[in-house]
Amino acid sequence: MSQIINLSRRGFLKAGIAGGGLVLGLYLPASRRLAVAATESVEQFSLTPLVRIGADGRVTIIVGQSEMGQGIATSVPMIIADELEADWSKVRFQQAPADPAFGDPERGGAQSTGGSRSIRSMLTYWRRVGAAGREMLITAAAKEWGVPVEECRAEQSVVIHQPSGRKLTYGQLAEKAALLPVPKEPKLKSPEEFRFIGKDVARLDTPDKVSGRAAYGIDVKVPGMLIATVQRCPVFGGKVASFDATKAKAVKGVRHVVQISSGVVVVADSYWAAKKGREALRITWDEGPNGQQSSAAITQLYAETAKQPGPVARKEADAESTLAAAAKKVEAVYEVPFLAHATMEPMNCTSHVRKNDCEIWVGTQNQTGTRATGARITGFPPEAVKVNTMMLGGGFGRRGQQDFVADAVETSKAVNAPVKVIWSREDDMQHGFYRPATYNVLRAALDDRGTPTAWAHRIVGPSISAERGQKLENGIDPSMVEGAANIPYAIPNLEVQYIYKNVGIPVGVWRSVGASQNAFITESFIDELAAAAGKDPFEFRRGLLNKALRHKGVLELAAEKAGWGTALPPGRFRGIAVAFSYASYAAEVAEISIAKDGKVRVHRVVCAIDCGVHVNPDQVVAQMEGGIVYGLSAALYGAITIDKGRVQQSNFHDYPVLRINEMPVVEVHIAPSKAAAGGIGEPAVPPLAPAVANAIFAATGKRIRKLPIRPEELQSS
Amino acid sequence: MIAIIVNGKRQQVDVSSDTPLLWVLRENLGMTGTKFGCGIAQCGACTVHLDGKPIRSCITPVASVSGKKITTIEGLSANASHPIQKAWIAEDVPQCGYCQSGQIMSASALLVAKPKPTDADIDTAMAGNICRCGTYQRIRRAIHRAAAMMAQGGAK
Repeated sequence: MSQIINLSRRGFLKAGIAGGGLVLGLYLPASRRLAVAATESVEQFSLTPLVRIGADGRVTIIVGQSEMGQGIATSVPMIIADELEADWSKVRFQQAPADPAFGDPERGGAQSTGGSRSIRSMLTYWRRVGAAGREMLITAAAKEWGVPVEECRAEQSVVIHQPSGRKLTYGQLAEKAALLPVPKEPKLKSPEEFRFIGKDVARLDTPDKVSGRAAYGIDVKVPGMLIATVQRCPVFGGKVASFDATKAKAVKGVRHVVQISSGVVVVADSYWAAKKGREALRITWDEGPNGQQSSAAITQLYAETAKQPGPVARKEADAESTLAAAAKKVEAVYEVPFLAHATMEPMNCTSHVRKNDCEIWVGTQNQTGTRATGARITGFPPEAVKVNTMMLGGGFGRRGQQDFVADAVETSKAVNAPVKVIWSREDDMQHGFYRPATYNVLRAALDDRGTPTAWAHRIVGPSISAERGQKLENGIDPSMVEGAANIPYAIPNLEVQYIYKNVGIPVGVWRSVGASQNAFITESFIDELAAAAGKDPFEFRRGLLNKALRHKGVLELAAEKAGWGTALPPGRFRGIAVAFSYASYAAEVAEISIAKDGKVRVHRVVCAIDCGVHVNPDQVVAQMEGGIVYGLSAALYGAITIDKGRVQQSNFHDYPVLRINEMPVVEVHIAPSKAAAGGIGEPAVPPLAPAVANAIFAATGKRIRKLPIRPEELQSS
Repeated sequence: MIAIIVNGKRQQVDVSSDTPLLWVLRENLGMTGTKFGCGIAQCGACTVHLDGKPIRSCITPVASVSGKKITTIEGLSANASHPIQKAWIAEDVPQCGYCQSGQIMSASALLVAKPKPTDADIDTAMAGNICRCGTYQRIRRAIHRAAAMMAQGGAK
């Protein structure tokens, strides 16, 4: 458990967070820290506060999680301000630097933003900090007045002595409260007393995002800064054999051309000069082992591999013998492609490596990793690496990686100047960490009443964990089987296997990770079973969810709100799916039509979400809207394909994403719940593709078993 | 030296004539509200107004707009007070926000051309602006809201 500490008197001048007042932070004892954080001194842990109440009454909340659109820069202030009883108009947020003080105590102090994790991990910590501040301010007022604490209460940044009606503002009390000890067990409010948590609150970052003032990584400007761009080997795993920079250096504005670990970097006065210099480079590549890799070869390898059994992720009773004896069997192969994240802001990073320290400005989902990357490349201790977190122009998992950080730090070190490395869209598309392509063999048995008695699912694909260097316990990568090993349906005989095949294509976490592909596969296949049983897909699922009540709850809510079973206009069809991911449950009903040319139009998506206790309902809705669009872009269009070891797509013309003219009406219904907070950033993605694919089946009788959906297969004459 | 007029101010920039307007705005003039997204006019993040019409600054050589009037997000209003910006705030449109300067520039040009746009008008005018966060539904609502505000005339 992290302790709350009073930082008011700990020499903030040197940390640049001076200004007096009451300053509280969190301190994670060394025994709870991961190795990377434990190398840092105790002083480092005490420098960065979480909340400061100034003598001017302003409440500044320093947010350690990265704002990438999910609204965390508003949610954290809401949580702390609620317990603090702060006047919302006086609340501001600041993005925190990399500092173990902002680490997640549940994960050894790692400071990163992903896995829809921030609030479900940290809600109680933040509430305790706010409550401690409130109690200290009330105690300071009670002392001032010489009255019992019990006679005082706080409201809108004011402490009121109830019997006499006397009042002192938080600004007036901050300096005095700063002298008090931190209460060990501050009393948290009961949910009925919440003023912000659970209420729609406007985002604090919106005004700057509609005026162009919000500062993203790509907007950083440092005195003396140069602009750079890197030519990487087009083949994954390839290296520079030799290069000729003569022509590149002749481009006006080009200052340096140097080799770094990712390729050849051209450093110039402007992006345009760097880009032209790069185009003038002559590089001979050593393509390495992947020069002949292709999507066709990968599919063939996967299909061959899937013929043999593999490591078991989950086993209930005996699926194989049930299948062998079954009267009715359903079998299918499902395939999903590699997917790029395609954040709107291409990867970029700015760094200045100086004599004894290194500074990094970056939109990152992983401050701990960024600091470690800076330390590794410079040889400096982590404390000498300062990370300035900028706004992220989208993350979706991509900005947890360190490749763009390494580019900037290596280049700055090489040319001895501050450097901003900017990736082109083509770089971003062709040098990603892709959502893994997988190949899936599914088999199920039904009894004579159409009830499923066995389910066997074999997944073949790369491994995010193994390719990060983690050991696979019993051969299983948990992220590759999430959404598959934990299907909620009551099927007595069940076996889920995963076979790891590294195919040389970098893979990484992509919004909702394994659930993103596995929900498509399992929720389509369960739909196949419903069809084989001659049952309604909603009722069929419902009948198998009597021990998975939160799944059942959202399924029923989505079906009800979508009018499941009611008549639709001619040419419209519905599909349904439900999925669990990141401690939340989401069900979606998609309403579609199909044009003669086979193009699928999604008209309406009704989403029901049970994310437990949640902070800002309007932002839950926003994340569901966003997840549905992200999932729909992938279902309709998303495919990264490989030929000769290279990505064949390069930009939005050949990696299309959903546009406003294709936007369905999205309706979101949040299930009332007192369960622990679940994630909201990712859970809307998994059910989308299967809901659409199942609607296509309803429309055409054709089952979509390979993504993206191909109009040429749905043409009608 | 190339002369351009940005947000009513005449600027001289010393760049090669093929440099896209986008990079001149961002790097030479320090106006970073206009964003780089794709470099090939596919995403709309770089949208600015040229004589009041939306253009993609990433493919617009600076020499081609010499002497013409450019308006960027920074020039739309002094303090986010344009009806479009107010409507965007009221609907809490942005998530990551990176595409929103471009969305707002496209939307503000739409409302000049069509003060009361239909959904089909919005589809046509806004289809060139990608949002990966998926804020399209709110963008649509905000455009209708801004149109209503402007019709009432009270939002200036």
